[in-house]
Amino acid sequence: MAKANLMDYEKALELFEVVIGLEVHIELNTKTKMFCGCRNDFGDEPNTNVCPVCIGLPGSLPVVNKKAVESSISIGLALGCKIEANGGFSRKNYFYPDLAKNYQTSQFKDPIAYDGALEVEVPSGNKFTVQIERAHMEEDAGKLTHIGGATGRIQGAEYSLVDYNRAGVPLVEIVTRPIIGAGSEAPELAAAYVRLIREIAKALNVSEARMERGNVRCDANVSLRPIGQEKLGTRTETKNVNSLRSIERAVRYEIQRQAQILADGGSIIQETRHWHEDKGSTSSGRPKSDADDYRYFPEPDLVPVQPSTELIEKLRSELPENPADRRKRLAGEWGFAEMEFRDVVNAGLLDFIEEAVAEGAKPQAARKWYSGEIARIANSEDKDVAEMNITPKQVAELATLVESGKINDRIARDVLSAVLAGEGNPGEIVTSRNLEVVSDDGALIAAIDEALAKQPDVLEKIREGKLQAAGAVIGAVMQAMKGQADAARVRELVLERASRA
Amino acid sequence: MSEITPDLVRHLAGLARIDLTEDEVIRFTEQLSVIVDSVAKISNIIDADTPATSHPIPLTNVFREDVVLPSLTQEQALSGAPDQAQGRFRVSAILDEE
Amino acid sequence: MSELIKKTAAELVELMAKGEVSSVEVTQAHIDQINKVGDAVHSFLFTSPETALATAKEVDRRRAAGESLPTLAGLPIAVKDNLTTTDAPTTAGSKILEGWVAPYDATVVTKLRNELMPILGKTNLDEFAMGSSTEFSAFGPSKNPWDLTRIPGGSGGGSSSVVSSFQSPLAIGSDTGGSIRFPGAVTGTVGTKPTYGAVSRYGLIALASSLDQIGPVARNVLDAAYLQDVIAGHDPHDSTSLTQSLGSMVAAAKRGSLKGKKFGLIKQLSGAGFQQGVQNRFAEAIKIITDAGGEIVEVDCPSFDYAIDAYYLILPAEASSNLAKFDSVRFGMRVTPEGNPTIDKVMAATRELGFGPEVKRRIILGTYALSAGSFDKFYGAAQKVRTLIQRDFDNAFAKADILISPTAPTTAFKFGEKVADPLAMYLNDIATIPANLAGIPGMSVPIGLADEDNLPVGIQFLAPNYQDAKLYEVGAALEGILEGIWGKRMIDFAPNLEVK
Repeated sequence: MAKANLMDYEKALELFEVVIGLEVHIELNTKTKMFCGCRNDFGDEPNTNVCPVCIGLPGSLPVVNKKAVESSISIGLALGCKIEANGGFSRKNYFYPDLAKNYQTSQFKDPIAYDGALEVEVPSGNKFTVQIERAHMEEDAGKLTHIGGATGRIQGAEYSLVDYNRAGVPLVEIVTRPIIGAGSEAPELAAAYVRLIREIAKALNVSEARMERGNVRCDANVSLRPIGQEKLGTRTETKNVNSLRSIERAVRYEIQRQAQILADGGSIIQETRHWHEDKGSTSSGRPKSDADDYRYFPEPDLVPVQPSTELIEKLRSELPENPADRRKRLAGEWGFAEMEFRDVVNAGLLDFIEEAVAEGAKPQAARKWYSGEIARIANSEDKDVAEMNITPKQVAELATLVESGKINDRIARDVLSAVLAGEGNPGEIVTSRNLEVVSDDGALIAAIDEALAKQPDVLEKIREGKLQAAGAVIGAVMQAMKGQADAARVRELVLERASRA
Repeated sequence: MSEITPDLVRHLAGLARIDLTEDEVIRFTEQLSVIVDSVAKISNIIDADTPATSHPIPLTNVFREDVVLPSLTQEQALSGAPDQAQGRFRVSAILDEE
Repeated sequence: MSELIKKTAAELVELMAKGEVSSVEVTQAHIDQINKVGDAVHSFLFTSPETALATAKEVDRRRAAGESLPTLAGLPIAVKDNLTTTDAPTTAGSKILEGWVAPYDATVVTKLRNELMPILGKTNLDEFAMGSSTEFSAFGPSKNPWDLTRIPGGSGGGSSSVVSSFQSPLAIGSDTGGSIRFPGAVTGTVGTKPTYGAVSRYGLIALASSLDQIGPVARNVLDAAYLQDVIAGHDPHDSTSLTQSLGSMVAAAKRGSLKGKKFGLIKQLSGAGFQQGVQNRFAEAIKIITDAGGEIVEVDCPSFDYAIDAYYLILPAEASSNLAKFDSVRFGMRVTPEGNPTIDKVMAATRELGFGPEVKRRIILGTYALSAGSFDKFYGAAQKVRTLIQRDFDNAFAKADILISPTAPTTAFKFGEKVADPLAMYLNDIATIPANLAGIPGMSVPIGLADEDNLPVGIQFLAPNYQDAKLYEVGAALEGILEGIWGKRMIDFAPNLEVK
């Protein structure tokens, strides 16, 4: 695969206008699948949550999950959409071994929700309105495992194995209209949009909404057109973008790649592209072709869905606080400075901090741990915070240990590393490693005595007002105590000794 | 004059994943031409305003409660599989070797 | 030939209930007949005499113990081989499914088991029910017991020949465009396509989902009524299953009356194109109906002239999608070409060799009807024709209680006569197809033999949706009058099959 030439980002934006479009799939957290009573849980042993319907055996017939329809309507309402009064399902026909019936039961002309809009704020504080074209219900496919070949990838595999536990899991696909005018902030807007969709799905409690587990998946369409041109350029659709950071990076990459091709007089091929997290680049998938003739037609095995006004209004009345209101409320409750709060939102830490606070952490402490430490480590490891091996509950525990003086900040950072390394909960790690701060003054005084014996002139200097001289003793004591001492207490004791003598 | 050509039949067979022989392509082109010419006359009696009917009986809103029902065992699920491994259905490689 | 096998289902049920004959005796008598004529008629793709006898023994034991049993308990039955069964292979008449045993029973099969009916086996059909003659079965055609050189109708020629050759008193069929009614007409038997949704389709290997309906195949109207009452009813596994009860078909058949009813003679389905002998018998039936107090009115259904065309777009379109799952991954046949083929090539090779010519022809046609450039002109237009056909029915039923026509344009034709000409084959269904497009119930009842060839002719009754009972009421009445005139049952005109 030849490495693509990338145009400088700033230059690309001088020459071209960026148009993006986002398709986000949300996996619903219903108990059962979309069209059968199999458990909606695909971590189990392969092909155990399957039945004649979801493995597409001859003679089987689908029946729609009522809860999935209600969840879809709730999502639509939260996106400000209209709800289709007379919708239904269609078959999307194409052959692929993870698609049990070789058609996907989906919605085509009459999606459950349409014509919505969301206001999305990007890190700069700029706000954009994203138009939602539609949100429709469909079913997920099974899971393929590629065997043989170098890397478990589809390329070069000798054969593949299919597990249909995920086949038929309910999905809602949310499709935006083309988003024009975000300029250099298009990549940030894409990520902020998906973050907002996640927040909405979580707040509605219709999905686990975890990107790292594939509960939320994003396909990003990117096209460029020369500044001033009316007609939209040819777009590419980048699939497999499964973290917020990747969305931002993938969109930026496509802008730079396409700009260079267009500037060189080339043309963009309408195609599916795959995002490679490791390389930070996209590669060509298959071109769009006649094979994309999906031959949609109304699903004859399912009857129309006509949600009543009563149902829609009931679901509307049950909608949770919208994300903008929630942010306003949390900003007030937590008392963060405006910049602090915006950083938290932009780093996608709102949910984590909220959960940690709910688990007993002080808001500022939770913010400090997430912004200062966890996000920083995640960034250095090229990961999302969600992928880090620590729960908000563990963060709260860590903050509480510091708050109560059981450990100091430096020890706490070691404990954090241990938690991230999978050694257990903070309390357990403190106990098993015997990290608790030595608060026994006797032990500290003995160590101070020993240090003073080696540096007899220190007390005199302190008495002369050179308080910084205490530092040498404190350092020696901390070293002797292997860091497990409260430095502030040691300082107190040293100063006390000087004043006594 | 029919729009059915051997190339179209080959294309449709590709969409339908059927590896037709050339003899079949020729025969189906002839037969489908006759059929398509015949059925095309339905456009004579309809107009843009005629509503479409996809279901013979006008049922709506048939749903299932979100309640777990028994699944097949893995053995039952795989019982008809032409090939299997590790509790999964085994299939040939999806992509050609480059 | 055993006396038992000549009896009707209703008679056998009564004899068993009275204890005059056991279910084992009844079942064994039919197994003996299968052994005698089975090879010649080739009705069955699979027989299960042991399991049938085991069920029969169980019924006899429970009856002896004084248990209360379902109405048809102990009465043997045959099931069309496009319904899934856990204890017998299901092939749908296709090589692509040869040897497949489903891990679940069709709802109708479960109902038969709950009724304690011994299942004798699975009956032959055109591959995936695509055909009018069983000549498209991958396992060879079934024969018409009236003349073994002729077709028994299709697609349910296995079920029609099994009851008309006394191998089973009853059979299950499925009707997408006439696959119960046309075989009924050409074998002198009774077949009903109930209202769409009256019988669950769960476990029926779909041909065209919006047209398929399972129904009873029998030698007389009352027997068919007994079977429909057993298999009908709501099924939560089928989203298109009706929730309301359509009442008792047995009660309607026993009520049997033509008097005071208006019979609509469908202008588009009489006269031209129908064999003279068929027209003659149909005219006599009309006279009988009039004599019995029925009134004949003519109804005009102009869109029926386009029914076959719409049908041969909707059916292949739905079928092309329904049959996509036959891909060699989860079940059925797999053909792996030489070399290291990709899954696409394996699928294409499997489907090339696994499907027969008619199936492939219809898949290609259906793929075309749905494809981007031709959807509106073909599939979309056909759905509009469907609306027009429903409107024609609505108008007709505003004038008449029941509509009538000959069931089929001809009597049973000879093997090979139409197999190479798809359009000619499709015309067999000209009278039966409109009912499937509109969902309404229809029934074929024998009305005698054609003068030219001494082969059976059937009349088709059509009723408004949900009014299946009307079919049984008028069907039983006409049948009773005809039997009175003939002095015997229609099926007693059939030549004795004295084979080996």
